[in-house]
Amino acid sequence: MLPQFSYVRPETLKDTVKHLNVPGAAAHAGGTDLIGCLRDGIMQVNKVVSLNALPDLHGIRETADGGLLIGAMTTITEVSESPLVRRKYPGLAQGASEVAGPQLRNQGTIGGNLCQKPRCWYYRGEFNCLRKGGDNCYALDGEHLFHAIFGHDRICVITHPSDTAPPLVALGAKVRIIGPEGKRTIPVANLHVSPADNVRAETVRKQGEVITHIELPRPPENLRSSYRKVRARRSWDFALAGVALALEMDGDRVNKSRVVLSGAAPVPWRSQPVENAISNRRLNAETIEKAARAVVEGADPLPGNMYKLDLFKGLIEEELYTVSRELR
Amino acid sequence: MRTIGAGAVSASLTGAAMVAESKPGPPEKILDATDTVKLKLNINGVNYAVLVEPRWTLLFVLREAIGLTGTKEGCGRGECGACTVLIDDIPRYACMTLAVEAEGRRITTIEGLMTGEELGPVQKAFLEEDAFQCGYCTPGQVMAVEGLLRKTPEPSMDEIRTGVSGNLCRCGAYHHIFRAARKAAIRKTR
Repeated sequence: MLPQFSYVRPETLKDTVKHLNVPGAAAHAGGTDLIGCLRDGIMQVNKVVSLNALPDLHGIRETADGGLLIGAMTTITEVSESPLVRRKYPGLAQGASEVAGPQLRNQGTIGGNLCQKPRCWYYRGEFNCLRKGGDNCYALDGEHLFHAIFGHDRICVITHPSDTAPPLVALGAKVRIIGPEGKRTIPVANLHVSPADNVRAETVRKQGEVITHIELPRPPENLRSSYRKVRARRSWDFALAGVALALEMDGDRVNKSRVVLSGAAPVPWRSQPVENAISNRRLNAETIEKAARAVVEGADPLPGNMYKLDLFKGLIEEELYTVSRELR
Repeated sequence: MRTIGAGAVSASLTGAAMVAESKPGPPEKILDATDTVKLKLNINGVNYAVLVEPRWTLLFVLREAIGLTGTKEGCGRGECGACTVLIDDIPRYACMTLAVEAEGRRITTIEGLMTGEELGPVQKAFLEEDAFQCGYCTPGQVMAVEGLLRKTPEPSMDEIRTGVSGNLCRCGAYHHIFRAARKAAIRKTR
C-alpha cells in the first residue's frame, strides 16, 4: 500500500502551478517513476498533482520553422512511433524505443522521462544516502557496478537513467517550463544538475515549476542522428552505456558533431573529447580509433566499474563504423 | 494512438499537423488523503462505482474492491508485468496506475476476454501451445499479447518479442508464449 497523499487533477496550468507550489507536492505525469518512488518511500509527498487533465500538453506537432513541439505529456510510445520524429530526429525515436518495456512506454511521458529520479540501489533502497539528505554516498565505497565514471566528483555516483535526454541534448532541444514566476525556456543540456552543484536535485526546476513542452530546432541539412544503448539484458533495463550522436555530415566528413553519453554520469554527458576527435574530419579508421580513445578522457572510474572504459570505447567505435558504413 | 476525445487537443493546436494524440484525462477532482471518494470505473464494459482512497492503485481496486482477481500482483513495482491490463486498448501496468487516474477510461482485464464460459482467442492459443507452467504470469502475458494484436493484428516475431518484453515468466515458457501469440494472431485475423 502506498503512503497517504491528497490528489488533485487541475484543468489549467495556472491551477497546476498553484497546487505544485507548496512543499510536499509532486507532479504526476505517467506516474511510472512517481508511484515507484512513493512505494519505496524515497520522497515525502503529501499531495499528488496529476497533469492528466491538461489537454495542451499532449501531442506532437511541426512548428512553423520546421522544428517540432512535443507536449510534455506525450507518451514515450507516441514519441518512438511518431512518423515526424522518426523522419526528422531518428536518434530521439530510437532513444524513446529503448526506454523500459512496452507497458511503461505506453504510460510514461517524455516530460516525466526527463525528470526521473536516479536508479541507484542505495538511493532506492533503505539507505539514507547523501542525495536523500544523509551524509554518505554508499555506492562510492560499496557496490557501484552500474554507476558513473564521469561527472560525479566522488560526491554522488548515480547515472542519469533517461534514454531520451541524451538524444534531446545532442539535437539541441529545449524545454519550456512554467512556474510561479512565469514561463522560461532552457536547453535540455542545462536541465539536469551535477552533484557538485546540488546533490539533492536532479533538475533545475524550482518548487511549483513543471515542464510543459519540448522544443526541437529545425534539423540542419545532412543531420545524422542515432541512439545506441548497451544493457545487461535485452528487455527492460537501464543503460550500462549509451551514446546519442547528432552529426552534420558533408560526404564522409563530419562538419559538426554532438555526442552525448548515457550510463556515464549523473547527468546526460556531453563528450567534448569525442566531438573534437571527429569534427571537421573525414570519418575514416584513423578518426574512429582516435574518437574511441578520446571517449574515456577525463574518466574517473571506480574499482567496480572499470569495465565501462572498454565498453564506451567499443561503443563509440561500433557506432562510428556504423555511420561510416552507411556512407558507402 | 486513439484519437477519440481529443477535441481539446485539436482545438488548441488548430492548423498544426498533429501526428500523435493521447486522450486528455477526465476533469479536475480534489481528493483529501484520508477521504474515500466514489469513483466510476468502466471495466470489461461494465460500469462500477467504488469507494477508493487516492493512494489505491488500479490493481488493488480490481482485486480487492471489485473482486476481479484474474489480474495478478507480482513485483508490485512495475517490473514483472503480471498486473498488465488494457486501458483504452493499450497495455499498462495496473500496479503503477492510480485508480483515480483510470477514471473515464475503458479498462479491460483478463476476465473481459471471455465470452461467458468460453475463452478468448489469445487464451485458447496459450492453452493449446502450452504457454505456461505455473501460470502466475499468464494473465499479464495474455493481456500483453491481446494489446499487441489490437494494435498490430499481424505482428512479426520481433514485434511479438517486443510486445511481451515487459512481462517476466519465471518458468521460462517464452518460446511457447511467442508461438501462442503467433497462433492467436492468425486465428484473430482469419
